[in-house]
Amino acid sequence: MAKYLLLKHYRGAPAAVNDVPMDQWTPEEISAHMQYMQDFADRLEKTGEFVDGQALAPEGTWVRYDGEGRPPVTDGPFAETKDLIAGWMVIDVDSQERAVELAGELSAAPGAGGKPIHEWLEVRPFLTAPPTITE
Amino acid sequence: MPSEMSSVPSEMNEALLRSLTPSVLAILVRRGADFAAAEDAVQEALVEAVRLWPDDRSPSARPGSGESRPGSGRGDPLRDPKGWLVTVAWRKFLDATRADAARRRREALVDEEPAPGPAPGVDDTLQLYFLCAHPSLTPSSAVALTLRAVGGLTTRQIAQAYLVPEATMAQRISRAKRTVSGVRFDKPGDVATVLRVLYLVFNEGYSGDVDLAAEAIRLTRQLAAAIDHPEVAGLLALMLLHHARRAARTAPDGSLVPLAEQDRSRWDTQSIAEGVRILQTALARDRLGEFQAQAAIAALHADAPTAEETDWVQIAEWYDELTLLTDNPVVRLNRAVAVGEADGPRAGLTALAALDDSLPRHTAVAAYLHERDGDLATAARLYAEAAHKAPDLAERDHLTRQAARLNAHRRR
Repeated sequence: MAKYLLLKHYRGAPAAVNDVPMDQWTPEEISAHMQYMQDFADRLEKTGEFVDGQALAPEGTWVRYDGEGRPPVTDGPFAETKDLIAGWMVIDVDSQERAVELAGELSAAPGAGGKPIHEWLEVRPFLTAPPTITE
Repeated sequence: MPSEMSSVPSEMNEALLRSLTPSVLAILVRRGADFAAAEDAVQEALVEAVRLWPDDRSPSARPGSGESRPGSGRGDPLRDPKGWLVTVAWRKFLDATRADAARRRREALVDEEPAPGPAPGVDDTLQLYFLCAHPSLTPSSAVALTLRAVGGLTTRQIAQAYLVPEATMAQRISRAKRTVSGVRFDKPGDVATVLRVLYLVFNEGYSGDVDLAAEAIRLTRQLAAAIDHPEVAGLLALMLLHHARRAARTAPDGSLVPLAEQDRSRWDTQSIAEGVRILQTALARDRLGEFQAQAAIAALHADAPTAEETDWVQIAEWYDELTLLTDNPVVRLNRAVAVGEADGPRAGLTALAALDDSLPRHTAVAAYLHERDGDLATAARLYAEAAHKAPDLAERDHLTRQAARLNAHRRR
């Protein structure tokens, strides 16, 4: 089994095919989308492949160390930052193919007009602990 | 660390065990056990009880039917559950201390195996609440310690409820126990700190297999039985009145249903009646506090047969009272909503204009008032903006739906 991160972006991913902001959908289309996402996560729990799913607020703060005895420097949020993560799902699956298959399903979540969003999701493998047997 | 419960106790046993937890713990502390060790010992005794007690307990074995009888062996858990727990917990404590390095002092303690002593009073339970909400603890530590030492929940259950790893929660609890280890057990604490902790537990709602709202109500009820204080009653009433609406608060698809749109036939009338009764008794004592005022507002909502019949004028007046009591900006924000309902959306917007617009939910309130005022374009824009700033997913989804609803309406 290998873990993969399915990453969803607010910004920074190539544009989706059905790229309409959610507040321009009908309430029914929003409900259908939410249901699809919920069903997807439920199904992965049942197959034993779901690990974690979280959403992030769109705005955060940049922080860095500013030397001994000083409070850290903070800055941002920066509107121009290209890449903005919206949330993720962590899955534990048998193969890269399975990870891609699942990301594809997630990207098919319905959006405006009830049609799939075709949203770009990023699939990133976790770096794992070394195997016990190496020779 | 004691091992966690591995078998599942029957519901009746679990409720009984958890109701006995604080008094059993208090007895051990009274006998001279230090708090941290006593707390571990009680948890181990609970695990033992889950393992050994018969699944169905006869009605004669309810709490209070017997007093502790140490020295009479482990006793019969059916006849004297508390006595059984005290005996087992004390043995666990002695086993643990015997195993410790400072043998001599502890063996002296074993030799003078204590007399039964007076029946544990409610005061002991009260002391435990004070200790677990001690001001030296951070809020998250106080919450965790209260749930374990007063609530009798296992570390695993608490960890699940707060969605953190069990090891993290175990560490938080043991640090909390160290923090309060030097606090004297017989010094009365501040009820307000206890109420804040219980309020936090209630507000966490529920996730995992522990219903924190129900647990907060149980603990507040137990506290109200131990101390006669109008604000304890006020908090209990507030919780009952909010809890009564829980079933109506979410749609089958999990989305939030705002108060005005809730199916009021799904409100729990029994819980409302109890909340109102408790509140009236508290208010009659004429020592108003913020929880009583909040409960009064919740009671006015509960009292309205339909949303349209809500007595917003009285609610706005209660918000004025509440502002005098706390001067909390969130209260002022809610007051603006009430003023908007009582005196019209323009009055609400005027009240809102006086507040800092960086307040959480400020934009959502502005959106709502603009919608009431008929400015749907502004309302839709503000709902979308509020969704962007929402602190939780359910609220974000709700606000996005509000924006979508207005946008769809405008397209027609």
